[in-house]
Amino acid sequence: MVVSTNSAPSAPRTSPVVKVSMGFVAVAMVCLVFADISITTLDPWSEMKRMAWGAVTPDFSVVAGIGMVIVRTIAFALLGVALGALGGFMLSQVFHLGPVRWACASVRAIHELFWALIFLQMLGLSPLTGVLAIAIPYAGICAKVYAELLEEADLPALRILPRGTGMVSALFFARLPEVWVHLKTYTSYRFECGLRSATVLGFVGLPTLGFHLETAFAEGNYSAAAGLLIIFYVLIATLRFWMRPKLVGFYVLAAPFLLGGGAAIDMGNIVRFLTVDIVPAPLRRGSFLDGQTWSDLGDWTWTLLMDQALPGMVTTLLLTQIALVATGIGALFLFPLISKKFFGPVARSVGHVFLVVMRSTPEFILAYIFLQLWGPSMLPAIVALSLHNGAIIGHLVGRFSDEVRLRPDSPRGLNLYGFEIVPRVYGQFLAFLFYRWEVIMRETAILGILGIATLGFFIDSALADIRLDRAMFLIAVTAAFNMGIDILSRRIRRRLRLRSQAGRA
Amino acid sequence: MPSIRTLSLCSAVSLLLSGALGSPAFAEPFVFTAIPDEDQSRLRQRFDKLAVYLSKELGVETKYIPVKSYAAAITAFRNNQVQLAWFGGLSGVRARFLVPGSQAIAQGYEDQAFVTYFIAHASTGLKSSDGFPKDMAGKTFTFGSKGSTSGRLIPEFHIRRIFKTAPAMVFTKVGFSGNHSKTIALVQSGAYQVGAVNFKVWQNQLKAGKIDTAKVSIIWKTPPYPDYQWTIRGDVSKRWKAGFIQRVRDVLLGMKDPDLLASFPRKSFVPASNIDYQPIWDMAKQIKLID
Repeated sequence: MVVSTNSAPSAPRTSPVVKVSMGFVAVAMVCLVFADISITTLDPWSEMKRMAWGAVTPDFSVVAGIGMVIVRTIAFALLGVALGALGGFMLSQVFHLGPVRWACASVRAIHELFWALIFLQMLGLSPLTGVLAIAIPYAGICAKVYAELLEEADLPALRILPRGTGMVSALFFARLPEVWVHLKTYTSYRFECGLRSATVLGFVGLPTLGFHLETAFAEGNYSAAAGLLIIFYVLIATLRFWMRPKLVGFYVLAAPFLLGGGAAIDMGNIVRFLTVDIVPAPLRRGSFLDGQTWSDLGDWTWTLLMDQALPGMVTTLLLTQIALVATGIGALFLFPLISKKFFGPVARSVGHVFLVVMRSTPEFILAYIFLQLWGPSMLPAIVALSLHNGAIIGHLVGRFSDEVRLRPDSPRGLNLYGFEIVPRVYGQFLAFLFYRWEVIMRETAILGILGIATLGFFIDSALADIRLDRAMFLIAVTAAFNMGIDILSRRIRRRLRLRSQAGRA
Repeated sequence: MPSIRTLSLCSAVSLLLSGALGSPAFAEPFVFTAIPDEDQSRLRQRFDKLAVYLSKELGVETKYIPVKSYAAAITAFRNNQVQLAWFGGLSGVRARFLVPGSQAIAQGYEDQAFVTYFIAHASTGLKSSDGFPKDMAGKTFTFGSKGSTSGRLIPEFHIRRIFKTAPAMVFTKVGFSGNHSKTIALVQSGAYQVGAVNFKVWQNQLKAGKIDTAKVSIIWKTPPYPDYQWTIRGDVSKRWKAGFIQRVRDVLLGMKDPDLLASFPRKSFVPASNIDYQPIWDMAKQIKLID
């Protein structure tokens, strides 16, 4: 027995993981003080009743040709993800190059919806707008994840290759076969995300499910909205039945013909956008040689930064930090619902359905619904973000908790939860949460389109005024901000030695 | 090797994609759009009916495409993906500024003297008055769409004129409902205490029995201003035939079908020209909605 030389027992040291968690909770509390949280509708219950009634009386007949709408949604997702995965795979081969890494980080820091809004300016409501809006950010994400998968894999085959084997041969004969399963799993997960993205793109006018969903919600036709949402859930839930590996090739070949017609693409519009529209107004109007032009540009930048970018960043950050902690709390509450350690098969399947619905519904749509209910404040956004992301992390942690081995005399119920399972899954949980940080922030910015004064609000306003120069400047600010969070999150994960395989998203 | 198969498939896809997405060479229809200022199913009904009328009268296949925002309508017009548009005053001057040679050709009879209604929830105690009701300061306020004339430009213009400051400084909360139907719904539900709405949409919804006047009522009517108009691109004459603009104008002005007119709702259409909208341009410039 070791006897302490000190007379008093030394205080237990707080682990860095707990310290960091407490730090984040404290920051969120401070943010809450400054946040605008309220229910502004006088009678949220009547609207909620109408929504609930809609949910139990789904109407599938409202949208004429709903079959075609579903096919189009899938086609957009399929082509977007296929191109994104292909591009991402090629980029992953050169991912060790700094500029490639930066380029990938910046394209994935811009949300699909912003990409769509950019391409709408250049290409209009052409199918290519939707395909590129998905493909470009997804290429950036896939490049990073594929590169990590290839790097992390233990590659015995690579070591026994004869010297002088070319890069391409090494890739196909030694590297790929090892990680193929992981690549496939990740890519099919991306396809599910792609379906969500394709749906949300309908909110800005592309002919997918979201187009009709937006109409239904805007008009308060909740039966139609419920019908469309049910179709969407069925689509996601049956994914593994119709998305067979053998059929992927066929689907991808058919998809371009199923996107629906659209406006013809005019090179002139693309050139105009790139060379005129997005050039800051003072530069566009004045001469480069005139000193006045540059002083005007200074004013332009300063005003934009102080009046829009900065307030937008503050709100975005407030909301992100609150939503991050709320997501964490949500996930810790939700994961037992699907964990074998806590519930029987019947209760677990109910839990599964709830989590699937919550994580399949894009935050954007959840926030839209809550906004209708409670009126505009940060509350709808916080609830939407934490439910959606909490369900994703809850699902992952729940599965992870099943693998925890317990002693025969382990406690049960709340004691098991508090003293055994949570401490043992906590590291993994935190890793998942920090992976989602950047995602939550990207979504927070986007929710501005719905009227919450995050960066997206100012971007949407600039687009509404057809001030594309300002919109692009603010999008660039948003991207830079997002990359900053990404870097910070990676630092924290590294310091806490948090690693997770499945948490990438 | 699954990877090679996938890779070759993907390159085939990119080839196909470029083929399938390219522009079709056959005769393109004459396409129009409209700003989404009201419930979309309403707009769809109205403009699909109009497309049939225009196709028949013009002898050219005419199509309506719905868009999700005012800006999208302007962009589609600018990018020549639509050649004709039913714009509001503000979206019209913006579009015509961006597309040299485009012209306002017709407006609704009522659009010569359009009005915005300020509406308030009953719980505010605000009552209808002839002068601008200054007690709305300190309440919550919703505009319509950010790009709307009657729901944004005009109310913001008057708010700034009276209070000499930005709406955000006058009200405790300022929102953008998205469209006029939504503005009415939001003020009626109390989500916002005060709002500004297009008088035509108000009258239309009142007639349709969608407004509970015990909950929401008009507190002020703005002075009249020019609003909605049909705007056409100048280059349509090259694409279809000479005199096409005049032809479209005649067909719009000759619209007599009472159902069609009632769906707008307008008594009739009368000629319009770009210069009619100078006041809108000036107001937008004054409150810096246009640089």
